[in-house]
Amino acid sequence: MSILVLADLHEGQLAGATAHVVAAAQAIGGDIDVLVAGEGVQAAAEAAAKLDGVSRVRVADNAVYAHQLAEPMGALLVEMAGDYTHVLASASTTGKNVLPRLAALKDVSQLSDVIGVESADTFLRPIYAGNAIATVKSDDTLKVITIRPTGFDAVGASGSATIEAVDVVVDNSQSSFVKEELAKSDRPELGGAKVVISGGRGMGNGENFKLLDGIADKLGAAIGASRAAVDAGFVPNDMQVGQTGKIVAPDLYIAVGISGAIQHLAGMKDSKVIVAINKDDEAPIFQVADYGLVGDLFEILPELESKL
Amino acid sequence: MKILVAVKRVIDYNVKIRVKADHSDVDLTNVKMAMNPFCEIAVEEAVRLKEKGVATEVVAVTVGPKAAQEQLRTALALGADRAIHIETDERAESLAVAKLLAKVVEEEQPGLVILGKQAIDTDNNQTGQMLAALTGLPQGTFASEVAVDGDKVNVTREIDGGLQTIALTLPAIVTTDLRLNEPRYAKLPDIMKAKKKPLDVKTPADYGVEVASKVSLLKVESPAERKGGVKVASVDELIDKLKNEAKVL
Repeated sequence: MSILVLADLHEGQLAGATAHVVAAAQAIGGDIDVLVAGEGVQAAAEAAAKLDGVSRVRVADNAVYAHQLAEPMGALLVEMAGDYTHVLASASTTGKNVLPRLAALKDVSQLSDVIGVESADTFLRPIYAGNAIATVKSDDTLKVITIRPTGFDAVGASGSATIEAVDVVVDNSQSSFVKEELAKSDRPELGGAKVVISGGRGMGNGENFKLLDGIADKLGAAIGASRAAVDAGFVPNDMQVGQTGKIVAPDLYIAVGISGAIQHLAGMKDSKVIVAINKDDEAPIFQVADYGLVGDLFEILPELESKL
Repeated sequence: MKILVAVKRVIDYNVKIRVKADHSDVDLTNVKMAMNPFCEIAVEEAVRLKEKGVATEVVAVTVGPKAAQEQLRTALALGADRAIHIETDERAESLAVAKLLAKVVEEEQPGLVILGKQAIDTDNNQTGQMLAALTGLPQGTFASEVAVDGDKVNVTREIDGGLQTIALTLPAIVTTDLRLNEPRYAKLPDIMKAKKKPLDVKTPADYGVEVASKVSLLKVESPAERKGGVKVASVDELIDKLKNEAKVL
């Protein structure tokens, strides 16, 4: 078997999710190549070459792949897929955007959001917002799969794969990049953080989210939010944890003022340790929390910050 | 400009799902069904574009069992002008649906196709992208803003870490994210009127498309239940537990 992993990039650098996707590729077994496509992605390619288990990094560095727009990326993958039995990408917004195009053009199905590998053709994936887990078998000759990074522990970075240029260049006259507004933060990325602290509707307003800052600084945590807090306009959508936002599985997840709607639980219930802070001792979040603290978050948060 | 909007009949998002005792699938007997929430957003966006005078006609289409006509009637009540039902009792996967929709696009020649980014049953998030690939049209997925400008459309997309705006040539395929709009409720007179709007019934065979897929569902299980833990009485106790018991600090 031979597996191609499409590298996930974040502002031109290799995103942490890629190491998890390579781990999924190892679980399938076979030769693993990583495709790094974009513009000015040499550093990302070098980072990918260090991932354990990767035999070759293939680099498509061209202006047409800048911002990884779906049309040229799909066309590139179609050109390259002939050499492989499996093509994998992370279930990031890029992987989700690009991979179905490859599947359709190769006339095969895609398996989305895979969280477990049973064999080279049988996989586990969540359905109904994670309220059921399906075991699916693909008889397609080419398996096109997006991987949910939290389902696999990242591989290490002590490898030394060869790096080769890919000279496939495609045309794209249909779509063009206009602009990007990315949230700037010194904190770790939500998807890859070891500790996440999230606020819900109980935070009251956006200003009060600052109460989470000091704790996040002390713990090296990323800050998230429930959909209720996003819908109420407290914080932007890219902070949303849940079925309709980011899926996270940190070592420690602290839910503050979050009731624990199913849609939020779907995004964080695989965290190793869950702490809930809520004034309502009946809140459903306590049914999944390892440690619950009932009380007023406006008193608890400053105390927690000072004592950490 | 004509807009084609695709909708899917799914389990109502408020319903707590049950896995069948034989683990063959999720149990859908006597369960409340509804239009997929992301599809509602797609219908709303199409209707708003018509209300703004950008679109002249909104055509709703679905692939599914006979009962899926309820969701088409909902789309008609919300403001779609006519509907196409491609009737099948088979489990139609994203690729088959995309192939059928591609045939409808060929026939109807819409200027814009709007779909939900994913259905809340299979959570695939594939059909719009596959349709774009099969028709050779550009795609703007996970849209939080759609601005038609002459022969182009600017789509603002919800991406990891923020927002991205891209410009697409028309015709184009757009898939909706949650914040694109807030769908309206159908009013009773509109629900009555919708019953008289045209609804064509077709079959996959009419389009020469094979619905069967090479992916088989081996089993469906409930996820491992997470057990609730303990309540702590104070911040000090919490910090102590996290340090000494959970060892995460």
